[in-house]
Amino acid sequence: METARFLLSRFAQSLLALFCIITLTFFLARLAPGGPFLDEKKIPEHLVEQMKRNYGFDKPLPVQYAMYLGRLVKGDLGPSFGNKGFTVNEVIAESFPVSAMLGACGLTLALALGIPIGVFAAARRNTIVDYALMSLVTLGICVPTFVVGPLLGEIFALKLGWFDVALWENSSAWILGSVTLGLYYSTYIARLTRGSMIEVLSQDFIRTAKAKGVPPLAILFKHAFRGGITPVVAFLGPAIAGLIGGSFVVESVFGLPGLGQHFIKAATNRDYWLINGTVTVFALLILTMNFLVDVLQAWLDPRTRANR
Amino acid sequence: MLSPAPAKSTTIEKGSSLGRDAWLRLKKNHLAMASLWFTILIILVSFFLPLVPGIPDPNTTHPDLQSMPAFSSATSMDGKEVYYLLGSDPLGRDVFSRILYGGRVSLSVGFLATFVSLTIGVIYGAVSGYLGGRIDAVMMRIVDILYALPFMIIVIILSTYVAEMGDWKPVRFLNELFGNSLWLLFLCIGAVEWLTMARIVRGQVRSLKGQEFIDAARSLGLSQSRIIFRHLIPNTLGPVIVYTTLTVPAVMRLEAILSFLGLGVQPPDASWGSLIKEGADLMASDPGLLIYPAVVFGLTLFCLNFLGDGLRDALDPKSSKD
Repeated sequence: METARFLLSRFAQSLLALFCIITLTFFLARLAPGGPFLDEKKIPEHLVEQMKRNYGFDKPLPVQYAMYLGRLVKGDLGPSFGNKGFTVNEVIAESFPVSAMLGACGLTLALALGIPIGVFAAARRNTIVDYALMSLVTLGICVPTFVVGPLLGEIFALKLGWFDVALWENSSAWILGSVTLGLYYSTYIARLTRGSMIEVLSQDFIRTAKAKGVPPLAILFKHAFRGGITPVVAFLGPAIAGLIGGSFVVESVFGLPGLGQHFIKAATNRDYWLINGTVTVFALLILTMNFLVDVLQAWLDPRTRANR
Repeated sequence: MLSPAPAKSTTIEKGSSLGRDAWLRLKKNHLAMASLWFTILIILVSFFLPLVPGIPDPNTTHPDLQSMPAFSSATSMDGKEVYYLLGSDPLGRDVFSRILYGGRVSLSVGFLATFVSLTIGVIYGAVSGYLGGRIDAVMMRIVDILYALPFMIIVIILSTYVAEMGDWKPVRFLNELFGNSLWLLFLCIGAVEWLTMARIVRGQVRSLKGQEFIDAARSLGLSQSRIIFRHLIPNTLGPVIVYTTLTVPAVMRLEAILSFLGLGVQPPDASWGSLIKEGADLMASDPGLLIYPAVVFGLTLFCLNFLGDGLRDALDPKSSKD
């Protein structure tokens, strides 16, 4: 019951947050200087006026906002100015799976790499293994994705020829892109895991387990792991937000046709509805992830339920 | 943990202050100290070495001296002897000098944007934590909501403003004052980076608020703003310093990403991010163009991170047992 109420209030809060974000980006985009009709080729004044009328931009801003919300509820994100003849829904439907796949592969790799490294370093705390692993991890944090990406491309695609550069759009760019993203986030996850595992391992119930004669591996995985993994789960929410930024870079490095590329173009060209649509999709993603994290955390750690 | 100092201490015996203790602990951490010195060195070099006569201008192109290797010297068309410490780029610009000037931009974005976020975060957190109750709940809910914002996206939207706001009068005035429109970038980044700081400060203030020295200040009839700014905020400095040190590299990374995506520093100006971008494009023909700025950038981030970790250990010995 307590858990249900906690999750319900979280859900309501997410909805409120989504509404605020949609409102904020609407005005942020609309109040920006410039507009979608300022092209290099001069369009005659009366044509611009007509276009504005067509899109409803001649009405006062609050009216436009209400119209926008009305369309949004129906799931219509509007037309895209930058991609002539396409609606925002179509642009997003085409490019979002690319970004989502990239992010999902990257995150999976990050978890698969980061958690074992963290657990291992914590179990061998203050030994040479720990120091070596943690130095490597800190090094990884400091080499940004936009250095790692080109280097990986250079080494594995051009020098070693494992991937085909000519077929950039197929699996090779996928794999290299996901690896670039995954390597970077695995460093954060490794650090987090190590820190929280060390904290859990120094608690009394672990000492009791040791005194009982529980084998070290069982202590590590049956007793400590569940508590040690909680901060990592909590990190997944912010990680998604970070992965979005990271995937922008990776898409730009490997020329992947993802949502990031469209978004940057949209922001510079004032493609209003594409900006708003992209932000809405990303915000939805982050909020869903945050909500799932809350659910997972409430299940992993009963204290979070009582505390909030 | 931090034990709050009395509001006005008339020291009779020379006690060991919190700052002194922390400094002594930090001095024992060789890695953190090395990082500190290296950071200072990088800052001094990027800001003052370009002033030395003989350092070439970063934007002067030499069409006849393109893509020179490192440690080479050559005579340019106008008969001048040019020495390239780290070679030149395809436009004949001196890479070493560009890295220096790029460092100026990257470091000032890092520190100034952090300062902006620090100011907002500390004040917001302190006010929220001190007032408590309803106001605190609302203020923190706002922070929660902002956390869900895809902040990278907001920075991108804001940074596209930068390019087009030059006509607006106050903006033009500030552009002339600062020499370029980079200050807008500081603001944009600072405006989205203050959330965690606000949370940290709020937590600290809430735990400090119940202590006797605040009761004492209140019973002396001090105003709320005086209590917040003179008594509460100074006592939150420890965690704030630590987090600030860790924010600087985060902000520098953000600036680099923006410049890499072509949204931050505009050519011909350079930052480490834009230099890495240029280098990445030409990596196959001239790897040095990528490697030199990437190494300097990575090393700086590395040091700032180690410095932050060291400061955490020094200022909060409880957490450093491990």
